[in-house]
Amino acid sequence: MSKLQILTKGIIKENPSFVLLLGMCPTLGTTTSAINGMGMGIATMFVLVMSNIVISLVKNLIPGKVRIPAYIVIIATLVTILQLVMEAFVPALYATLGVFIPLIVVNCIILGRAEAFASKNGVGDSALDGLGIGLGFTMSLTLLGAVREMLGAGSVFGWKFVDGDGILLFVLAPGAFIALGYLLVIFNKLTSKIR
Amino acid sequence: MEYFVIIIAAIFVNNIVLAQFLGICPFLGVSNKVSTSLGMGAAVTFVMALASLAAYLLQYNVLVPLGIEYMQTIVFILVIASLVQMVEIILKKVSPALYQALGVFLPLITTNCAVLGVAILLVQKEFNLGESVVFSVATAIGFTLALVLFAGIRERLDMEDLPKAMKGVPIALISAGILAMAFMGFSGLV
Repeated sequence: MSKLQILTKGIIKENPSFVLLLGMCPTLGTTTSAINGMGMGIATMFVLVMSNIVISLVKNLIPGKVRIPAYIVIIATLVTILQLVMEAFVPALYATLGVFIPLIVVNCIILGRAEAFASKNGVGDSALDGLGIGLGFTMSLTLLGAVREMLGAGSVFGWKFVDGDGILLFVLAPGAFIALGYLLVIFNKLTSKIR
Repeated sequence: MEYFVIIIAAIFVNNIVLAQFLGICPFLGVSNKVSTSLGMGAAVTFVMALASLAAYLLQYNVLVPLGIEYMQTIVFILVIASLVQMVEIILKKVSPALYQALGVFLPLITTNCAVLGVAILLVQKEFNLGESVVFSVATAIGFTLALVLFAGIRERLDMEDLPKAMKGVPIALISAGILAMAFMGFSGLV
């Protein structure tokens, strides 16, 4: 597989939210607006790239039997670093995303990539893989956030393009399920045409 | 806070799946049949109560006295992961019948973000020991309720003639949205 393929496969072919359906909790929980979705995506991407790099570096030092607990400790350490950094530099975003930042630890995308890719490949490829999957995740979260913000508040990234209020339902919990459901329908329809 | 208010709020108003988006993976993955949903719900209730108890004791007897609250994420996930393993081993030895019923769901629970989520939430909400246990059990009952209701819906959805692009997860998500809308009717109750 070429370097470019490793980087781009996460965006459409193996998109974590739309194709693999991993990491559904933050996908639904944090996408009340485009900026929140993007923030969550970037936070996850940081942990994903770093954990892929660290795990591919130490993969030969960890005995096979205890690899999963070891990966979890590495990921949890990175998430704690992220928590401290976000609390210091972007406290508003940290407060909005709330419990979902520590919950990056149990995001199946990260452990999944560690097990499926980083534990078998070199440092460079693993970093690219993390970056690609992270980009795909960020893009789908931003898209879902933008759709919900557009329908729910009539704005995108805080820029209002219609006067008055939107359909509040789409910012609330049910809107997350419905918007993601219909986005998946559109995604399935488009990808089935390409194939 | 009164226990009754905590129970009603955790089961209906702030339902962990439909209002807080925790534990979506088992919600979409295991909710194909009512019977499996009940098994999963029972396993989650058991683990969640134990994990919350452990998390509470660790937070206020180890992390706070030592002033290392920032280690919360690492400590909690390790304790929950090992707790699940331990429960599995003990159940296998002590009660094979219960293990038969819950065993298959136990490994799945480690990656269930609802368990870690509840542990973090009860520290955030500053509950005392009694409130923490009541909160975690009520949350788990809310999880089971959502799972069983949704399984009932999905059993019927399987028989419907749907467009190909909608089959499976998309229609499940849309139905979950409608179910979440129904649960919004409980808001303002407490």
